[in-house]
Amino acid sequence: MERTEVLDVMREKAVEMLEVEPDAVQEDKSFVDDLKVDSLSLVEYTMDLEDAFGIELPEDELTDLTTIGAFVDLIMTKLG
Amino acid sequence: MRGMSRSVLVTGGNRGIGLATARALAGAGHRVAVTHRGSGPPEGLLGVRCDVTDLSSVEAAFAEVEAAQGPVEVLVSNAGITDDQLLLRMSEQSFARVLDANLTGAFRVAKRASRPMLKARWGRLIFVSSVVGLSGAAGQANYAASKAGLVGFSRSLARELGSRSITSNVVSPGFVDTDMTAELSQARRAEILKTIPLGRTATAEEIAGVVAFLAGDASSYVTGAVLPVDGGLGMGH
Repeated sequence: MERTEVLDVMREKAVEMLEVEPDAVQEDKSFVDDLKVDSLSLVEYTMDLEDAFGIELPEDELTDLTTIGAFVDLIMTKLG
Repeated sequence: MRGMSRSVLVTGGNRGIGLATARALAGAGHRVAVTHRGSGPPEGLLGVRCDVTDLSSVEAAFAEVEAAQGPVEVLVSNAGITDDQLLLRMSEQSFARVLDANLTGAFRVAKRASRPMLKARWGRLIFVSSVVGLSGAAGQANYAASKAGLVGFSRSLARELGSRSITSNVVSPGFVDTDMTAELSQARRAEILKTIPLGRTATAEEIAGVVAFLAGDASSYVTGAVLPVDGGLGMGH
Protein backbone atom coordinates (compact mmCIF):
# COMPACT_ATOMS: atom_id res chain seq x y z
CA MET A 1 0.00 0.00 0.00
CA GLU A 2 1.25 3.47 -0.90
CA ARG A 3 1.94 6.06 1.76
CA THR A 4 -0.74 8.36 0.37
CA GLU A 5 -3.30 5.58 0.50
CA VAL A 6 -2.48 4.92 4.16
CA LEU A 7 -2.87 8.60 4.94
CA ASP A 8 -6.18 8.68 3.04
CA VAL A 9 -7.59 5.85 5.15
CA MET A 10 -6.32 7.53 8.32
CA ARG A 11 -7.93 10.80 7.26
CA GLU A 12 -11.24 9.14 6.44
CA LYS A 13 -11.34 7.34 9.81
CA ALA A 14 -10.26 10.49 11.65
CA VAL A 15 -13.11 12.47 10.15
CA GLU A 16 -15.54 9.69 11.06
CA MET A 17 -14.40 8.97 14.56
CA LEU A 18 -12.55 12.05 15.81
CA GLU A 19 -14.76 14.65 14.15
CA VAL A 20 -11.85 16.61 12.72
CA GLU A 21 -11.66 18.46 9.41
CA PRO A 22 -10.10 16.38 6.60
CA ASP A 23 -7.49 19.10 5.93
CA ALA A 24 -6.37 19.02 9.55
CA VAL A 25 -4.93 15.52 9.11
CA GLN A 26 -1.41 16.33 7.91
CA GLU A 27 1.82 14.39 8.42
CA ASP A 28 3.53 17.13 10.43
CA LYS A 29 0.61 17.55 12.84
CA SER A 30 -0.06 15.77 16.12
CA PHE A 31 -3.43 14.28 17.05
CA VAL A 32 -2.96 15.31 20.65
CA ASP A 33 -1.22 18.69 20.44
CA ASP A 34 -2.67 20.10 17.22
CA LEU A 35 -5.99 18.28 16.76
CA LYS A 36 -6.74 18.21 20.50
CA VAL A 37 -7.91 14.60 20.45
CA ASP A 38 -8.44 13.14 23.93
CA SER A 39 -6.61 9.98 24.95
CA LEU A 40 -9.61 7.63 24.95
CA SER A 41 -10.69 8.78 21.49
CA LEU A 42 -7.17 8.15 20.28
CA VAL A 43 -7.32 4.59 21.65
CA GLU A 44 -10.62 4.03 19.84
CA TYR A 45 -9.18 5.53 16.66
CA THR A 46 -6.19 3.20 16.88
CA MET A 47 -8.55 0.22 17.25
CA ASP A 48 -10.37 1.39 14.12
CA LEU A 49 -7.10 1.59 12.22
CA GLU A 50 -6.14 -1.92 13.36
CA ASP A 51 -9.41 -3.22 11.94
CA ALA A 52 -9.14 -1.15 8.76
CA PHE A 53 -5.61 -2.31 7.94
CA GLY A 54 -5.85 -5.78 9.50
CA ILE A 55 -2.78 -5.17 11.67
CA GLU A 56 -1.95 -4.93 15.35
CA LEU A 57 -0.53 -1.75 16.84
CA PRO A 58 0.99 -2.66 20.21
CA GLU A 59 0.67 -0.04 22.93
CA ASP A 60 4.41 0.21 23.57
CA GLU A 61 5.03 1.16 19.94
CA LEU A 62 2.34 3.83 20.00
CA THR A 63 3.51 5.81 23.01
CA ASP A 64 6.40 7.52 21.22
CA LEU A 65 4.42 8.67 18.22
CA THR A 66 4.42 12.44 18.15
CA THR A 67 3.19 13.21 14.65
CA ILE A 68 0.66 11.79 12.25
CA GLY A 69 3.59 11.12 9.90
CA ALA A 70 5.18 8.86 12.53
CA PHE A 71 1.84 7.05 12.81
CA VAL A 72 1.90 6.49 9.03
CA ASP A 73 5.46 5.14 9.32
CA LEU A 74 4.40 2.60 11.94
CA ILE A 75 1.42 1.42 9.89
CA MET A 76 3.64 1.13 6.77
CA THR A 77 6.08 -1.03 8.76
CA LYS A 78 3.27 -3.28 10.02
CA LEU A 79 1.88 -3.66 6.52
CA GLY A 80 5.33 -4.80 5.44
CA MET B 1 -41.60 -5.71 29.95
CA ARG B 2 -38.13 -7.17 29.73
CA GLY B 3 -35.15 -5.10 28.68
CA MET B 4 -32.79 -6.01 25.86
CA SER B 5 -31.18 -9.43 25.84
CA ARG B 6 -27.47 -8.90 26.44
CA SER B 7 -24.41 -11.08 26.02
CA VAL B 8 -23.16 -11.74 29.56
CA LEU B 9 -20.01 -13.39 30.88
CA VAL B 10 -19.68 -14.41 34.52
CA THR B 11 -16.23 -15.54 35.61
CA GLY B 12 -16.19 -18.18 38.29
CA GLY B 13 -19.77 -18.94 37.36
CA ASN B 14 -19.84 -22.63 38.13
CA ARG B 15 -20.80 -22.31 41.79
CA GLY B 16 -21.80 -19.98 44.62
CA ILE B 17 -22.47 -16.33 43.89
CA GLY B 18 -21.28 -16.65 40.28
CA LEU B 19 -23.67 -19.47 39.47
CA ALA B 20 -26.61 -17.78 41.19
CA THR B 21 -25.80 -14.59 39.25
CA ALA B 22 -25.60 -16.47 35.96
CA ARG B 23 -28.96 -18.11 36.63
CA ALA B 24 -30.58 -14.80 37.62
CA LEU B 25 -29.31 -13.11 34.45
CA ALA B 26 -30.37 -16.03 32.25
CA GLY B 27 -33.77 -15.85 33.93
CA ALA B 28 -33.97 -12.16 32.98
CA GLY B 29 -33.62 -13.15 29.34
CA HIS B 30 -29.89 -12.55 28.80
CA ARG B 31 -27.49 -14.83 26.94
CA VAL B 32 -25.16 -16.02 29.66
CA ALA B 33 -21.78 -17.74 29.59
CA VAL B 34 -19.85 -18.79 32.66
CA THR B 35 -16.19 -19.62 33.06
CA HIS B 36 -15.01 -22.59 35.05
CA ARG B 37 -11.65 -24.22 35.67
CA GLY B 38 -12.53 -27.69 34.48
CA SER B 39 -15.43 -28.62 36.75
CA GLY B 40 -17.73 -28.76 33.75
CA PRO B 41 -20.43 -26.29 32.73
CA PRO B 42 -23.57 -25.89 34.84
CA GLU B 43 -26.71 -27.22 33.21
CA GLY B 44 -28.42 -24.84 30.83
CA LEU B 45 -25.57 -22.32 30.66
CA LEU B 46 -22.74 -21.94 28.18
CA GLY B 47 -19.61 -23.03 30.01
CA VAL B 48 -16.13 -22.04 28.87
CA ARG B 49 -12.89 -23.12 30.45
CA CYS B 50 -10.89 -20.20 31.71
CA ASP B 51 -8.09 -19.58 34.15
CA VAL B 52 -8.11 -15.83 34.86
CA THR B 53 -4.45 -15.96 35.85
CA ASP B 54 -3.52 -16.92 32.29
CA LEU B 55 -3.91 -14.24 29.61
CA SER B 56 -4.07 -16.71 26.71
CA SER B 57 -6.77 -18.68 28.52
CA VAL B 58 -8.76 -15.44 28.98
CA GLU B 59 -8.34 -14.61 25.31
CA ALA B 60 -9.53 -18.08 24.24
CA ALA B 61 -12.54 -17.94 26.55
CA PHE B 62 -13.64 -14.56 25.20
CA ALA B 63 -13.24 -15.77 21.61
CA GLU B 64 -15.44 -18.77 22.41
CA VAL B 65 -18.11 -16.62 24.07
CA GLU B 66 -18.07 -14.07 21.25
CA ALA B 67 -18.55 -16.82 18.66
CA ALA B 68 -21.45 -18.33 20.58
CA GLN B 69 -23.39 -15.29 21.78
CA GLY B 70 -21.73 -12.11 20.46
CA PRO B 71 -19.35 -9.63 22.11
CA VAL B 72 -19.61 -9.47 25.89
CA GLU B 73 -21.82 -6.54 26.89
CA VAL B 74 -22.04 -7.34 30.59
CA LEU B 75 -19.00 -8.65 32.43
CA VAL B 76 -19.37 -10.02 35.94
CA SER B 77 -15.88 -10.50 37.31
CA ASN B 78 -16.43 -12.90 40.17
CA ALA B 79 -13.70 -15.54 39.99
CA GLY B 80 -11.70 -15.56 43.16
CA ILE B 81 -9.75 -17.66 45.62
CA THR B 82 -8.84 -17.53 49.28
CA ASP B 83 -5.70 -18.73 50.99
CA ASP B 84 -6.15 -17.73 54.62
CA GLN B 85 -3.23 -17.40 56.96
CA LEU B 86 -2.09 -14.98 59.63
CA LEU B 87 0.37 -12.43 58.27
CA LEU B 88 3.35 -13.91 60.09
CA ARG B 89 2.64 -17.27 58.50
CA MET B 90 1.62 -15.95 55.09
CA SER B 91 4.15 -16.55 52.36
CA GLU B 92 4.82 -13.96 49.70
CA GLN B 93 3.79 -16.59 47.21
CA SER B 94 0.36 -16.95 48.86
CA PHE B 95 -0.10 -13.20 48.89
CA ALA B 96 0.89 -12.85 45.25
CA ARG B 97 -1.20 -15.81 44.14
CA VAL B 98 -4.41 -14.41 45.68
CA LEU B 99 -3.72 -10.96 44.22
CA ASP B 100 -3.03 -12.49 40.82
CA ALA B 101 -6.32 -14.39 40.75
CA ASN B 102 -8.63 -11.86 42.40
CA LEU B 103 -7.26 -8.49 41.28
CA THR B 104 -5.01 -9.00 38.26
CA GLY B 105 -7.51 -11.60 37.04
CA ALA B 106 -10.21 -8.91 37.10
CA PHE B 107 -7.83 -6.61 35.20
CA ARG B 108 -7.27 -9.28 32.52
CA VAL B 109 -10.95 -9.92 31.87
CA ALA B 110 -12.01 -6.26 32.13
CA LYS B 111 -9.32 -5.16 29.71
CA ARG B 112 -10.33 -7.81 27.21
CA ALA B 113 -14.02 -6.97 27.59
CA SER B 114 -13.61 -3.20 27.31
CA ARG B 115 -12.52 -3.10 23.68
CA PRO B 116 -15.80 -4.42 22.21
CA MET B 117 -17.69 -2.34 24.79
CA LEU B 118 -15.93 0.80 23.51
CA LYS B 119 -16.92 -0.09 19.97
CA ALA B 120 -20.50 -0.69 21.01
CA ARG B 121 -20.48 2.44 23.17
CA TRP B 122 -22.28 0.49 25.85
CA GLY B 123 -21.13 -1.85 28.56
CA ARG B 124 -21.48 -2.98 32.13
CA LEU B 125 -18.50 -3.98 34.24
CA ILE B 126 -19.43 -5.53 37.58
CA PHE B 127 -16.82 -6.64 40.09
CA VAL B 128 -17.67 -8.93 42.96
CA SER B 129 -15.66 -7.73 45.96
CA SER B 130 -16.30 -8.49 49.62
CA VAL B 131 -17.20 -6.70 52.83
CA VAL B 132 -13.76 -7.82 53.98
CA GLY B 133 -12.17 -5.51 51.39
CA LEU B 134 -13.08 -2.50 53.49
CA SER B 135 -13.36 -3.97 56.99
CA GLY B 136 -10.33 -6.22 56.84
CA ALA B 137 -10.30 -9.68 58.38
CA ALA B 138 -7.74 -11.42 60.52
CA GLY B 139 -6.16 -14.18 58.48
CA GLN B 140 -7.25 -12.69 55.16
CA ALA B 141 -4.71 -9.94 54.48
CA ASN B 142 -4.17 -11.23 50.94
CA TYR B 143 -7.86 -11.69 50.16
CA ALA B 144 -8.91 -8.38 51.74
CA ALA B 145 -6.17 -6.49 49.88
CA SER B 146 -7.28 -8.00 46.57
CA LYS B 147 -10.93 -7.16 47.24
CA ALA B 148 -10.12 -3.58 48.30
CA GLY B 149 -8.05 -3.22 45.14
CA LEU B 150 -11.14 -3.88 43.06
CA VAL B 151 -12.71 -0.69 44.37
CA GLY B 152 -9.94 1.58 43.10
CA PHE B 153 -9.73 -0.42 39.91
CA SER B 154 -13.46 -0.23 39.19
CA ARG B 155 -13.68 3.46 40.01
CA SER B 156 -10.79 4.24 37.66
CA LEU B 157 -12.61 2.42 34.87
CA ALA B 158 -15.79 4.32 35.71
CA ARG B 159 -13.85 7.53 35.06
CA GLU B 160 -12.02 6.29 31.95
CA LEU B 161 -14.99 4.75 30.18
CA GLY B 162 -18.00 6.70 31.43
CA SER B 163 -18.14 8.95 28.38
CA ARG B 164 -18.84 5.86 26.28
CA SER B 165 -21.83 4.72 28.37
CA ILE B 166 -19.81 2.00 30.05
CA THR B 167 -20.49 1.73 33.76
CA SER B 168 -18.25 0.05 36.31
CA ASN B 169 -19.45 -0.97 39.73
CA VAL B 170 -18.53 -3.12 42.68
CA VAL B 171 -20.84 -5.40 44.62
CA SER B 172 -19.63 -6.08 48.12
CA PRO B 173 -21.23 -9.19 49.60
CA GLY B 174 -21.12 -9.97 53.28
CA PHE B 175 -21.41 -13.41 54.79
CA VAL B 176 -22.92 -15.68 52.14
CA ASP B 177 -23.78 -19.37 52.30
CA THR B 178 -21.35 -20.79 49.76
CA ASP B 179 -18.72 -23.51 49.63
CA MET B 180 -16.15 -20.84 50.51
CA THR B 181 -17.87 -20.04 53.84
CA ALA B 182 -18.95 -23.60 54.67
CA GLU B 183 -15.48 -24.33 55.98
CA LEU B 184 -15.90 -22.09 59.04
CA SER B 185 -16.42 -23.65 62.48
CA GLN B 186 -19.85 -23.44 64.17
CA ALA B 187 -18.40 -21.24 66.90
CA ARG B 188 -16.88 -18.80 64.42
CA ARG B 189 -20.14 -18.79 62.50
CA ALA B 190 -22.22 -17.90 65.57
CA GLU B 191 -19.76 -15.16 66.43
CA ILE B 192 -20.06 -13.59 62.98
CA LEU B 193 -23.87 -13.79 62.98
CA LYS B 194 -23.97 -11.66 66.14
CA THR B 195 -22.33 -8.80 64.24
CA ILE B 196 -24.80 -8.80 61.35
CA PRO B 197 -27.80 -6.48 61.88
CA LEU B 198 -30.06 -8.76 59.87
CA GLY B 199 -28.91 -11.65 62.06
CA ARG B 200 -28.45 -14.16 59.31
CA THR B 201 -26.27 -15.04 56.37
CA ALA B 202 -27.20 -14.23 52.78
CA THR B 203 -28.14 -16.69 50.10
CA ALA B 204 -26.16 -16.49 46.86
CA GLU B 205 -29.43 -15.48 45.18
CA GLU B 206 -29.62 -12.33 47.32
CA ILE B 207 -26.25 -11.23 45.94
CA ALA B 208 -27.26 -12.24 42.41
CA GLY B 209 -30.31 -9.98 42.56
CA VAL B 210 -28.14 -6.91 43.08
CA VAL B 211 -25.70 -7.93 40.35
CA ALA B 212 -28.69 -8.42 38.03
CA PHE B 213 -29.87 -4.91 38.91
CA LEU B 214 -26.46 -3.50 37.94
CA ALA B 215 -26.57 -5.45 34.67
CA GLY B 216 -30.05 -4.23 33.78
CA ASP B 217 -31.52 -1.04 32.36
CA ALA B 218 -32.68 0.26 35.76
CA SER B 219 -29.09 1.00 36.84
CA SER B 220 -28.05 3.07 33.81
CA TYR B 221 -27.02 6.07 35.96
CA VAL B 222 -25.08 4.07 38.55
CA THR B 223 -21.32 4.00 38.08
CA GLY B 224 -18.30 3.99 40.36
CA ALA B 225 -20.51 2.67 43.14
CA VAL B 226 -19.71 0.11 45.79
CA LEU B 227 -22.95 -1.62 46.69
CA PRO B 228 -22.88 -3.46 50.01
CA VAL B 229 -25.10 -6.56 50.10
CA ASP B 230 -24.15 -7.61 53.58
CA GLY B 231 -27.15 -7.41 55.90
CA GLY B 232 -25.61 -4.30 57.44
CA LEU B 233 -22.37 -6.01 58.45
CA GLY B 234 -20.12 -3.41 56.82
CA MET B 235 -21.98 -0.25 57.80
CA GLY B 236 -19.70 2.69 58.40
CA HIS B 237 -16.91 1.58 56.11
